[in-house]
Amino acid sequence: MTPFRYEHAANRADAIIRVGQSGAQFIAGGTSQVDLMKEGVQQLTVLVDIARIGLDVITRLDGGGLGIGSNVKNAAAADHPTLRQRYPAITEAIQAGASQQIRNRASMAGNPLQRTRCPYLRDPAQPCNKRDPGSGCAAVIGFNRTQAIFGQTDRGPRDPATCIAVHPSDLAVALSAHDAVLVIESPSGERRIGFDELLRLPGDDPSRDTNLAYDDLITAIELPAFSGRSHYLKVRDRASYAYALVSCAVVLDMADDGHGDRIVAGRVALGSVAAKPWRVQEAEALLAGERPSAALFAEVAERMVAGARTYSMNGYKVPLSHALILRGLMETSGLEPLAGPSGTAFAASVGGMGGTAALEHVA
Amino acid sequence: MLDALREQIGLTGTKKGCDHGQCGACTVHVDGERMLSCLLLVEAVNGSEITTIEGIADADGELHPMQQAFIDHDALQCGYCTPGQIMSAIACVSEGHAESKIEIQEFMSGNLCRCGAYAQIIEAIAQVRNFDARTQTPSPD
Repeated sequence: MTPFRYEHAANRADAIIRVGQSGAQFIAGGTSQVDLMKEGVQQLTVLVDIARIGLDVITRLDGGGLGIGSNVKNAAAADHPTLRQRYPAITEAIQAGASQQIRNRASMAGNPLQRTRCPYLRDPAQPCNKRDPGSGCAAVIGFNRTQAIFGQTDRGPRDPATCIAVHPSDLAVALSAHDAVLVIESPSGERRIGFDELLRLPGDDPSRDTNLAYDDLITAIELPAFSGRSHYLKVRDRASYAYALVSCAVVLDMADDGHGDRIVAGRVALGSVAAKPWRVQEAEALLAGERPSAALFAEVAERMVAGARTYSMNGYKVPLSHALILRGLMETSGLEPLAGPSGTAFAASVGGMGGTAALEHVA
Repeated sequence: MLDALREQIGLTGTKKGCDHGQCGACTVHVDGERMLSCLLLVEAVNGSEITTIEGIADADGELHPMQQAFIDHDALQCGYCTPGQIMSAIACVSEGHAESKIEIQEFMSGNLCRCGAYAQIIEAIAQVRNFDARTQTPSPD
């Protein structure tokens, strides 16, 4: 690790001033950042600790939404009764990610800001346009089993724009599907952006993971009022404590029109298939006004995976995405049962600690 | 924090496995909550109470019930992951995440054991929660 200075911010304004120093970055839980510094991927000279400036409570918003302070810990959010009851995809995604030790430390705003787990980012001996802009991309001719099937930039291994990495956050996928809003404070004041504007595809500059400026401080994540159903599904190489191969968040607004359930509006986000949660508006539009059915959901899944670009080892992500979208819609709409209690890891983990055992033994 | 504990303070009970937050061997309690010391900067938790495996037995040497349960169930082979397992297990119980076998499995997934003592580790934790992990029934008094 290169030497660095550690400063505690006294408040938001102080944090934003301090992060203006050369080589400075905010640090909250630090669970991802400290590791990247130890691996020599990030060489920071000043860390501005924002963990002691508050922003650590979950509050009800006017209009019925929920405001989650950026410093709320992942574990605390997962255990929050209102969040779990009204936005279950979010608590399912949190519990299906990392371990309790990490969830106890990691913050809600920090989680979506973690960097890709592409092995080439974390190996300074390999070219990586995210780590060393202009050095090229080793993944595109290397180990690509976990890499993107949508939204990549691939102009060959030596091109400075090439990047096929995926974003690893489970929480981000659920926040995207719930149309969360980020409250951001900066030297020019406070503004709000839709969650889908936070993370970016590589485009011509893979080194930029987000659309934030270095002195943009996320202060809260706001969830719009919601009384429908939501759910998260995650497939991984082992039953627990692994990054997703593919994941899927589904949010459905349902209403009974006297003849049964009808979908008012639906949103679907795929995880670990692109550099940001993957949404397809034309696919989501198919759900509006329809009755839930396997045929309708298969059509949505077809539309969502159309146009995938695969590599030698990650072709499996296309049928896996299709199956996960279908299952997510079936379970969220109630046509199929959840594998475990709503709002918990037991509902989210495909092939993990779920199934009837979960329903019987988890309170 | 892991290096500070081991190399500077001399508390070597906390183990360095992967040093990247993947194995759980370095688990400690920060103000009673389990965290990974390999991913913590000491200054970030300045003022907090840190508890390591050295701090959980009674002053008179009587083992913590979780330590005794690991012995009772032979819940280790090489023992390298054991301090992290025990620190994590104590917190797993106090959080209320050890109410069934599958809940223990899910909420202990951040602690890897290369010897594969998982079945016995689950039984040890269940013993502390007063149930039998194999039958899912309350332990006899």
